[in-house]
Amino acid sequence: MEIPVMVGAGLVVIGVGMGIGRIGGSAMDAIARQPEAFGKIQTAMLIAAALIEGIGFAALFAV
Amino acid sequence: MKRKSTILINAKKSVALLAILFVGFAFANNKEDAKEGDLKTEIKEYIAHHLLDSYDFSLFSYTNAQGEHVYIGAPLPIILWDNGLKLFSSSKFHHGETVAAVDGNHYALYHNKIYKTDAAGTINYDESHHPTNVKPLDFSITKSVVSMMLVFAIMFFLFKSLAASYAKNGGIAAGAGRFFEPIVLYIRDDIALPNIGEKKHKKYMSFLLTIFFFIWFLNILGLTPLGVNVTGNIAVTFGLALLTFLITNLTGTKDYWLHIFDPLGSTMAWYAKVPLYIILIPIEVLGIFIKPFSLLIRLYANMQAGHIVLMSLIGLMFIFKSWLGSPLSFGLAFAISLIEVLVALLQAYIFTMLSALYFGFAAVEHEHH
Amino acid sequence: MEKLLEEFSLGLFFWQTLLFVGLLFLLAKYAWKPILSAVEERENTIKDSLEAAEKAKADMEAVQADNKRILKEARAERDALLAEAKKTSTQIVNDAKEAAQTEADKIAAAAQAAIQQEKNAAINDLKAQVAGLSVDIAQKVLQGELADQKKQEQLVEKLVKDIEIK
Repeated sequence: MEIPVMVGAGLVVIGVGMGIGRIGGSAMDAIARQPEAFGKIQTAMLIAAALIEGIGFAALFAV
Repeated sequence: MKRKSTILINAKKSVALLAILFVGFAFANNKEDAKEGDLKTEIKEYIAHHLLDSYDFSLFSYTNAQGEHVYIGAPLPIILWDNGLKLFSSSKFHHGETVAAVDGNHYALYHNKIYKTDAAGTINYDESHHPTNVKPLDFSITKSVVSMMLVFAIMFFLFKSLAASYAKNGGIAAGAGRFFEPIVLYIRDDIALPNIGEKKHKKYMSFLLTIFFFIWFLNILGLTPLGVNVTGNIAVTFGLALLTFLITNLTGTKDYWLHIFDPLGSTMAWYAKVPLYIILIPIEVLGIFIKPFSLLIRLYANMQAGHIVLMSLIGLMFIFKSWLGSPLSFGLAFAISLIEVLVALLQAYIFTMLSALYFGFAAVEHEHH
Repeated sequence: MEKLLEEFSLGLFFWQTLLFVGLLFLLAKYAWKPILSAVEERENTIKDSLEAAEKAKADMEAVQADNKRILKEARAERDALLAEAKKTSTQIVNDAKEAAQTEADKIAAAAQAAIQQEKNAAINDLKAQVAGLSVDIAQKVLQGELADQKKQEQLVEKLVKDIEIK
């Protein structure tokens, strides 16, 4: 039963990676569109990324 | 923007290095297979040991000509509560090699924890290989505690001198603290003010500033050759997150609790709200605990992961032992170190930012019309 | 999760909380409060100075506008005064001219009157002298003429005739 749990954690990490990647990409797009809003976009991006990251860690430590 | 592009360049270089690294690995792989297994286990154990707290402050160790382990560093005091206070130096353990006899009791180190044993230092195990020996209450001044004391002293004198420089210098910062004044202002203007609001942010400023610099300095200290891993320790991050949790809920306004226990307010009749609230209220209440929990896990895991990656890369040098692999893993470790410097700041920032966000939730006051 | 709980050290947690809370209170008292108030004071000073500068600028502008207005007023006053003076001087000149004319007329009239008078006097004098001379001449003539009776009568007759003609 050990392997399926780890595979699940791996899946969560893939999801989290994709999610954070999307956030980063969207933030890049937004910055390209509105370079003057860089600070605000960066803050929002970091918070969103941090929240998703938390789920990833929760999955990893649940193993 | 510039900072970001440097990271990108670093990341690109890292990928390139990684590619060449595998080539080097392929070269190194087909010799000394037997010995390598030992080395890998040793590195693994060394990393695991590094990540944990330690009862002595040893900078490094080596094996001398007589085959003895020689440790360079200082022993630290052990404080135990085991039917009375027991105070002795960690040198009695000889880095876990011997049993310490204090006032007729015997203590031994096992996996960096102190257990009460007999004179021979026997550790009894249960079926799942967990020790069944008594664990005395342990308030020892460990390596992490010493590091925190160091940061305590640094921060106290640094910011006290900054505060004093204003009076002496006519309202302008002077000295070493000058570098930190813009950061203090950044925390006030870009973290506290937008999240908590003009009216109440002052109440939380001391905590936000202290926690930011405390985490940042400890993170940076973890990257120095002192080799401590304080913020990558679950007890430390738990303590920090617990304070955020307590402050959030103890300063919570009526509106904050109303939002948890009556999120829909007067938009619906009470009989319509009841079935919704059976689901909603437990989620909201769970949220109170999940928020600080995610804080503590995030900081712990990020610092832990950073140290593991860095030390593994350094360990690769000794595994490759080739003219190509070792310099490459050194370069990679160097690049990761630079990223870790950024992560050290970023994690402190995120912890502070999210704390401020939660305080902002707690400090809300809706205008009732 | 199990690993996390196993790793948790109560002692470290105790020391961490103690140190952090101690640091929090120490720094709040000796560092953050003075730093934030000093910074705030400085910001207020800057804000006040800017406001004062702005106000001074506005004051300056008001003063300048005032100056401009006063200058304009003074100029208008000067123009008015000049016009007045010009008018007055013209009037004075006119008055003087008029007075001079009158005086001259008066003098001329007086002179004419005097001349007339002199003339009259001279005429009268002349008349008197002519009359005296005439009488003398007449006396002499008469003395000559009146020697004979006939001639006397002739004369009287002639004289009477003359008188009637005149």
